[in-house]
Amino acid sequence: MRLLGPKRSVTEIRATPASRLPRARSAVATLPPSGLAGLNPEWSRLVDVAESGTPGVTHGWHLLDNGPQLDALGVVPLGTILCVHGNPTWSYLWRSLLAAATDAAAAGAPAWRVIAVDQLDMGFSARTGSFRPLARRVQDLGDLTDALDLTGSVITLGHDWGGVVSLGWAVDHPELLAGVVLLNTAVHQPSAEPIPAPLRLALSRGVLGAATVATPAFLATTLALAHPPLSAAVKHGYRAPYRASARRGGIGGFVADIPVELAHASRPELDRIAAGVRALAVPALLLWGPRDPIFSDRYLDDLIERMPHARVHRFEGAGHLVAEDADYAAAALIWLGETTFERAPGDETSASAADVEAAAVQTAVAETAGVSAGTVSAGADSAGADSAGTAAAWAATGTHPLWHYLDELRDLDETALVDMQPAPRTVSWRLLSRRVRQIAAGLAYIGVRPGDRVSLLVPPSADLTAVLYACVRIGAIVVVADAGLGLTGLTRAVRGARPDFVIGAAPGLMAARALGWPGRVISTARYPAPMSRLLGVEHTLAELIRLGQARLEAGDAPAREPAPSDPAAVLFTSGSTGPAKGVVYTHGQLSAVSRALFLQYGVGVGTGLVAGFAPFALLGPALGARSVTPDMDVTAPKTLTASAVAAAVAAIDATVVFLSPAALVNVVATSEALTPADHAALAGVQRFLSAGAPISESLLAQAAALMPGATAHTPYGMTEGLLMADITLEGIRAAASGPDDSAHSAGGVCVGASTATTQIRISALDASGASVGELSEQPDVTGEIVVSAPHVKDHYDRLWLTERASRRGAVPGERWHRTGDVGHLDSAGRLWVEGRMPHVIVTPAGVITPVGPEQRIEMLTEVARAAFVGVGPLGTQQQVAVIEIVPPARRLHRAPEPLAAAVRAAVGSSVAAVLVVPGLPTDIRHNSKIDRTRLSRWATGILSGGRWVKP
Amino acid sequence: MRVLVTGASGFLGRAVAAGISAAGHEVRTFQRRPSGLPGVEDVHGSITTLADTPYAGLAYAVSGMDAVVHLAAKVSLTGDPAEFEAVNVGGTGAVLQASKDAGVSRFVYVSSPSVAHSGNSIMGSDALPASPEHARGDYARTKARAELLALAADAPGFSVVAVRPHLVWGPGDTQLVDRIVERARSGRLPLLGHGAALIDTTYVANAASAIHAALDAAKRVHGRSYVITNGEPRPVAELLAGICGAANVAAPAWRVPASAARAAGSLIEAVWRRRPRVDEPPMTRFLAEQLSTAHWFDQRRTRADLDWTPAVSLDEGFERLAAYYRTAP
Repeated sequence: MRLLGPKRSVTEIRATPASRLPRARSAVATLPPSGLAGLNPEWSRLVDVAESGTPGVTHGWHLLDNGPQLDALGVVPLGTILCVHGNPTWSYLWRSLLAAATDAAAAGAPAWRVIAVDQLDMGFSARTGSFRPLARRVQDLGDLTDALDLTGSVITLGHDWGGVVSLGWAVDHPELLAGVVLLNTAVHQPSAEPIPAPLRLALSRGVLGAATVATPAFLATTLALAHPPLSAAVKHGYRAPYRASARRGGIGGFVADIPVELAHASRPELDRIAAGVRALAVPALLLWGPRDPIFSDRYLDDLIERMPHARVHRFEGAGHLVAEDADYAAAALIWLGETTFERAPGDETSASAADVEAAAVQTAVAETAGVSAGTVSAGADSAGADSAGTAAAWAATGTHPLWHYLDELRDLDETALVDMQPAPRTVSWRLLSRRVRQIAAGLAYIGVRPGDRVSLLVPPSADLTAVLYACVRIGAIVVVADAGLGLTGLTRAVRGARPDFVIGAAPGLMAARALGWPGRVISTARYPAPMSRLLGVEHTLAELIRLGQARLEAGDAPAREPAPSDPAAVLFTSGSTGPAKGVVYTHGQLSAVSRALFLQYGVGVGTGLVAGFAPFALLGPALGARSVTPDMDVTAPKTLTASAVAAAVAAIDATVVFLSPAALVNVVATSEALTPADHAALAGVQRFLSAGAPISESLLAQAAALMPGATAHTPYGMTEGLLMADITLEGIRAAASGPDDSAHSAGGVCVGASTATTQIRISALDASGASVGELSEQPDVTGEIVVSAPHVKDHYDRLWLTERASRRGAVPGERWHRTGDVGHLDSAGRLWVEGRMPHVIVTPAGVITPVGPEQRIEMLTEVARAAFVGVGPLGTQQQVAVIEIVPPARRLHRAPEPLAAAVRAAVGSSVAAVLVVPGLPTDIRHNSKIDRTRLSRWATGILSGGRWVKP
Repeated sequence: MRVLVTGASGFLGRAVAAGISAAGHEVRTFQRRPSGLPGVEDVHGSITTLADTPYAGLAYAVSGMDAVVHLAAKVSLTGDPAEFEAVNVGGTGAVLQASKDAGVSRFVYVSSPSVAHSGNSIMGSDALPASPEHARGDYARTKARAELLALAADAPGFSVVAVRPHLVWGPGDTQLVDRIVERARSGRLPLLGHGAALIDTTYVANAASAIHAALDAAKRVHGRSYVITNGEPRPVAELLAGICGAANVAAPAWRVPASAARAAGSLIEAVWRRRPRVDEPPMTRFLAEQLSTAHWFDQRRTRADLDWTPAVSLDEGFERLAAYYRTAP
């Protein structure tokens, strides 16, 4: 039986903006006209439904229902997906799900019945002539499902304000509810935050009626939000029920019903639903379009906070009409297929919140993809509350927590850190440890909680190290995005990660303010009051230290230690292969990164480390190593000089040096300025590492010559797995000159053997270039490189589909990551990288990976750099070489005959064209990874006779 | 097998007839002029006029044949539309009817990729259905109608296959190679645009072997159309340079914007239409489009279905062409 919510009266409507709307007229429900794009007329039906609480009143509903089609197929559905559109759309919004669900059932997959309603006064349902506030709409939907006599599992699916209505129904029907799916929607408007400007405008006096009812402006505006724009046929479909102003009353009614003020008549119902959602224990899926001027990420945040067990996927680039912009139907069906639904018994709502949360957490843990929600729920807190349990968990990992040496060496006066700029400054273990404790206590005091996200916009320095370890120690999640993403990429990344706090200095905070990055602001420096206000600074680091010291003196116990499974950090990918993705690491996984560094490079207690490469450099204190940040502008690694490296080495008697490839270029270029003393200092270095992007053997050799006592290393890894393989300069030379591996002609860059705790396997490519092979260590098979290690990422942040794809084909129970790189293992177990998966060329004669041909072309003396790309449809692609020559070309041209012939001789006559360009497009961060996807699009245009433009 | 080849006095027709004959089949040819081929039976006549003697006409030519390869057509960039219609559509209809009446069981219609070409770039697509509505120019339009006619005649016991070789060239070719060489020699061959459009061509021996393969495969693949190419697209400038190099003349060095060439082609076509001349116009819109947009095809289905691969590569073709020009008078 249906449970009604708290007593609600739909007649007691206080003043709402509805009074500003034109008088509504009645009309009966009708069937949509035939021929609307993508809409199968077989789906449409009309149902008369009695209005509860108003005897004798019935309303006609139009709805889409694939039930009859499933009956015709002779399949029994597992349950029903009840779809509720928002404003100003109609059931047309869900047409692709009806089609996809029916197709899936016809193909033998589990069948789902899809019922998509037109809400009353909307679409082709009746115009009731009365104003229908939220509570009434929730009851209306219940009246309809009663009339349809729905049984079995129901999954609700809602968008926009239809999301709220669907959740209202969900809260009221626990006996039927099996799951919840939401597209851009909101159930809560924090009173402290302004409502979105476009809505404020729509609601203002004199605008509401005109914008929503008298003219189709609101509808047109909504339809214009699609990315990419909707086709004329689809726009026609959306407009079909709203041609005359008399049919648009519902649009105005919906807008007027948005409870923007606390006193709004629908506010209690919204609050009731919002609270009820927190108690929903059923599986949930949130599919989000971030480019939404109304339902921004802050509403997604709110929903995640209410349903921490929900699967979340943000479709980067999609907006409010995410149902049009992205393949939500496929996502929903995938989720339905891999989720176990256990319908709660009818009286479940009376269970205590704690039980429900525990059930939610169990659901999250039980599901095989293992994606945690990225926040620490109250349930998880209680699960790991006792510190003995935490200690045992850490012991089981075989690693130390990141703060281990900060505790163990807390009374040591020896050097922990040296900052080389603005002037050399030495920080002892005693001081660093105390600072971390002070800042941790200060952060906790101002309200930073375990699981809160803290964005760090602090350049590498002692300040950054102290803040980072303080955050980590109290269980806050640090969000690290670097300037290499570019301002646009950085903004997108930080907005997507939704930090609760931002800690930074002026340039970073200025950007944060100007670009509207979320989060409460803590500044590392003290600014004059006007500047402080301008930046929105709430606290300074100095204040935090003072506050924290006071709390420590007052005897506050240190914060509970995070467990290995608690999330610790969100790092961002470079964005060289699409929008930057947030990568979540747990404490256990970050500790495993430092253990991998210890095992591979011997960095441990007492090691002196020059930290010129950020991700590894920050781990110095976690390893018990003393570290120094050389004098350089971290946003421009090219500014690092050889003298600065030598000075840093001398400052702490460093034996290990970590640099980025861009820095290495300048170090080699400025080596003539080194003094004999500098050379003496550099002679003491035992290991140096160039990490972040591939570099040439000659550059590595030149750098090695500056550090004659050192072994030169380059690691292979990615943001999702920082240290997967490693090779030394000697190893590179051996691979190049060793017995010719002619059994495998694919070529590639040898990146060495896997590191101690890493496993590397290959998922072989099929004839279409898809990596479908089972994970295997068989040598000389080209495929996608798949890695596993204790220090591989936990999951992608709010990218459930991406996460799922990155684990495809993994052995159940094991944690593997598909790197998106393509390559092979040789018989000696060394890994060779042949390119990126999307850059694989699929010709009629077979699959070709780009790096091998590029290397062979680059052997030609007149070629500086080459990119090898495919043009045309996959499977029948043509091979095209795009090259930079020596001396550089001033303009784009076809390679002259002798050069084209030389290129064909190097890689085979099947090269269709050779184009010479002044420069190849590369990534921002490393200026070395060639964007072959873009280059392929460009070459397609050039070689089809298109405009003659540079790539 | 006894095979009739129509249009065997043409460049491709001669190669087809010679190839089939060399494979041991009994070959008869049918055209207005002698084919000049040894070992084949020449029947002279026209596919558009009735026979005046019992041993000269189409009906005689098809009598006793197991298979027909129909190449005879009016191939030109301009001309009298009625003549295109009469030869390409009417003539094909007559050959089809005569073949059926004579109990022929295999019929290969030699078509052209232009039957499905609307003027846009083609990058790796397979043979699309012939479309007289969209085809450009009288030649392509009438060839499209003829292909549809031929495929419609496909029936049990009468297997029809359409093959569409793209830009056939080789030694002795007067249609394409000679014109390019002659114009380049007199400095009248410009490069359209930047000469980067990828174009696939067919060396004549490959076209001939593909047609032979279609004849062999007719029972299996009847009712379908196949594009035939070398499967080696190259920028159009490289192709022109390759042909000019083989003939030892300078490759085109001056450039005309593709859009200007298209416009000029349209204008010249209009003038030529009003004042017909015996020679070919220097440029037509169709030719300008052909030389400034990509034309290359997905050959996977062709090669798998016909169980055929081209034996002569592009580079080897250029070498054979060069050898021909070295010895040619």
